[in-house]
Amino acid sequence: MRPDQDTAAREARLRRRDGARTALQYLLLSVWAVVVLFPFYWMLLTSLKSYGAYNSEHIPVFFTLQPTAENYINAFTAVPLGGYLLNTLIFSLLTTAVMVVTTTLAAYAFARLRFRGRDLVFGLFLSMMMIPTELVVITNFVTITNMGLRNTFAGLVLPSITSVFYTYLLKENFEQVPDELYRAAKVDGTSDFKYLWKVMLPICRPTLVTITILKLIECWNSYVWPRLITDDPAYYLVSNGIQEIRENGFGRENIPAMMAAVVVISVPLILLFLAFRKKIMEGVSRGGTKG
Amino acid sequence: MDRNSRKAWLYLLPALVLLAAFLLYPLIDVLIYSVEECYNFASQTYQGVGLYNYSYVLHDPYFLQAVENTFVLVVITVPISTLLALLISTALSSIQKLQQLFQTIYFLPYVTNTLAVGLVFMVLFQRTEYTDGLVNLMLSWFGAGPIDFINGPHWAKMFVLCFYTIWVVLPFKILVLTSALASVDRTYYRAARVDGTSRTRIFFRITLPMISPMIVYLVITGFIGAFKAYSDAVALFGVDLNAAGMNTIVGYVYDMLYGDSGGYPSYASAAAVLLFAIVLTITCINLLVTRKRVPA
Amino acid sequence: MKITLEGLTKQFPARGRKAQGVTTAVENLSFEVPDGKLVGLLGPSGCGKSTTLNMICGLETPTSGRIFFGEQDVTALAPELRGVGMVFQNYALYPHLTVLQNILFPLENLKGENRPTRQQMRERALETAKLVQIEDLLDRRPRELSGGQQQRVAIARALVKTPRVLLLDEPLSNLDARLRLQTREEICKIQKKTGITTLFVTHDQEEAMSISDFIVVMKDGVLMQQGRPQQVYDDPASLFVAKFLGTPPINVFEGEVKAGQLRLAGQAVLAVPGAPDGPVRAGVRPEGFVPAAEGPLACALSRLEVLGRDVSVVCTHPACQAGTLRAILRTAKDIDPAAGGVRFALQPDKVFLFGRSDEKRIPFALPPL
Repeated sequence: MRPDQDTAAREARLRRRDGARTALQYLLLSVWAVVVLFPFYWMLLTSLKSYGAYNSEHIPVFFTLQPTAENYINAFTAVPLGGYLLNTLIFSLLTTAVMVVTTTLAAYAFARLRFRGRDLVFGLFLSMMMIPTELVVITNFVTITNMGLRNTFAGLVLPSITSVFYTYLLKENFEQVPDELYRAAKVDGTSDFKYLWKVMLPICRPTLVTITILKLIECWNSYVWPRLITDDPAYYLVSNGIQEIRENGFGRENIPAMMAAVVVISVPLILLFLAFRKKIMEGVSRGGTKG
Repeated sequence: MDRNSRKAWLYLLPALVLLAAFLLYPLIDVLIYSVEECYNFASQTYQGVGLYNYSYVLHDPYFLQAVENTFVLVVITVPISTLLALLISTALSSIQKLQQLFQTIYFLPYVTNTLAVGLVFMVLFQRTEYTDGLVNLMLSWFGAGPIDFINGPHWAKMFVLCFYTIWVVLPFKILVLTSALASVDRTYYRAARVDGTSRTRIFFRITLPMISPMIVYLVITGFIGAFKAYSDAVALFGVDLNAAGMNTIVGYVYDMLYGDSGGYPSYASAAAVLLFAIVLTITCINLLVTRKRVPA
Repeated sequence: MKITLEGLTKQFPARGRKAQGVTTAVENLSFEVPDGKLVGLLGPSGCGKSTTLNMICGLETPTSGRIFFGEQDVTALAPELRGVGMVFQNYALYPHLTVLQNILFPLENLKGENRPTRQQMRERALETAKLVQIEDLLDRRPRELSGGQQQRVAIARALVKTPRVLLLDEPLSNLDARLRLQTREEICKIQKKTGITTLFVTHDQEEAMSISDFIVVMKDGVLMQQGRPQQVYDDPASLFVAKFLGTPPINVFEGEVKAGQLRLAGQAVLAVPGAPDGPVRAGVRPEGFVPAAEGPLACALSRLEVLGRDVSVVCTHPACQAGTLRAILRTAKDIDPAAGGVRFALQPDKVFLFGRSDEKRIPFALPPL
């Protein structure tokens, strides 16, 4: 019996098993990374292939030796992609800006101001988080149509310029600001609005930034409401634009030009994500769900 | 009303007016719409009150098809995506190198336009006169015949839809589970190691119970999200989902409201109310089942 | 089971992405925990004592050096094969399991012929629960227990597989002052009852002194001194150990030795035969001051603190490092608060001399009793 050797053999066996496990883990992770990245690679690749080259590939080719910008030129000239992008930009910025204002004011009232029935109103307010958009979209469609706001920016933004969830997030954050600051400001004769503007907002800037970015992403990708409320291509957002391109655009077969449009639409958000990666992921894990 | 209260209501005014107009009123209104029979959108008149709209919807083959599609989608994607997310985030949290990189990559689908990337999936899976497409190329490596996933048999279309749905929902699930795993106190694992606990046992007896509230949360939101599936299907199969036989309940609602087959807000309302009756029931069942199994 | 550490060293890669080299948490540490004894591993936070504990239980692998349990070299052995029970600082009780399930957990890990039957497991768990007196709490969950109860459950979980060695990491730090006193006696009692070799880590010298059979003092990863608590207290090897042990702490004076006399602020205060001439630091235990009308150490009296059992005299002296010094007396009858000054003689066995630069002990001959 040589217990030392026994132990050594056992250790080696364990280490081999650990190594195998780690290799397996990396394999799994890499496979999924490829599954996630491949569509992005494919759209970029296809967008760089010329129309002729793409259509002559009976068997898809995984690379291209003659990249061309022709599809990108096509995307902006043959269909009004530039207009779609501009619409989406206006829509996103407008919605986000107004939403930040309304939610901030409401969150401040709930967090800081004392008034009768506050808890009751807040309870009702929170319960509105349960109401699904799909249920209310029907009446909103009718309302906006009756107001004659179809094919206008007002009609596009009105239903989404406030948010129960973001108000809740902000309120939680506002409440973490110590009461002493408010009392000190009151002693100095600061008005509520000035206190909100000069003290609360700077302190809670990280949350505001998170909310702004999440809302921008949501706006950029919104599809259902814009589709219902616009039928004039001059007011299409990118999601509707891409659908329009798919149905009637370059002709069904011009896949490379379509992919160029897809790349153009996807790039702004990917850049935004890479720039604010930490903030976005943190904000989303705090309870944002898509759509 | 004193000065302070007036001020508070002033701050609340914009949010409350908007919510009342676009969230609260529509909620009540949709119920009313759903029982107004033979509603005419142009003249905005109706002929009676009753449950005819519900009966119409429930007998509409398109609706039944949509319900079937939605249930299949839910039953397939929710368990698979949750298990896959659990597998990936477990692997992710046990490595050190490249963790950040993988995490960033996995989150990408969350920030991309569902419609736009759906088009890429369509290109990958589609079979045209010119080419069988990339996925069919891969299938042929394994000797499997070409299948048209976009305009072909129903099961193939369903497969693509499920695949794309999982691809779209995984970022959120991976993120939530990874942060849940990271928040488990390391000392528990050290204590388990001193006691010689096997990895499998650590996972099932310690890790899983500790993150079970988050898994429950994901399953419930996953159910709700999958029941509301729509834009993924549009991205893959185009606007006319009924013709493709790939409509979902939400899609049915929108089709009833608008577009070539639209103009029937009453039917749309009835369908929407039915959808949320289903979602509510399933959520309640979920909660009841988990309340028993998972101590808060 | 005797634990022996031989030249144990643990190095970690330096923190930070760009940092080069290593930090040494434990350096060339050797000591012994005698069979069946309760030993306290004592040191300020960050001195490497927790790392040492982790190496003994197998959670960390030493960079060099060896660990023996009895005659067996366990250095490379996995934790579960060493037969150690460990109690973590925050107890690490699984929150979703009941007390009984927590105690059963280690037993359920056993495999092969070592695995007891369900019935045996239950019996052993109940037996251990009885030992630490938690048999009424078995169906509760950890968060329904008080800190002291959680501590006992953690001990029961560590003891249930009858380990050869029990290790406790800061066992009392999460308890309030009253419970701490009670629990440390509890630990002492359980250790005596089971006779298990026990090593515990603490930064609280009072805790270590009060219950340990032996203490081991560490600083910056290096062993400073070991021995019976009283022996270390009475015969500190360095200024660090002298300062670290004892409440109130030792009073330190800057002084010098000249011709066998300790001189503080130029005044000869004590004969220190055998000590070489030169500058020194002198430590005087609070109980080493004897009020004497003609005493050589003249101090300015700041105040008297009457604590019931004894009296604490706070005064100032120009050579005193901290500015004020504190003497503990049985009674205040020899001191006249109105006088403004007080004179002390020093008790030679309560005075220690240390080199000014290396702070090592300088011995001198004590007068025969």
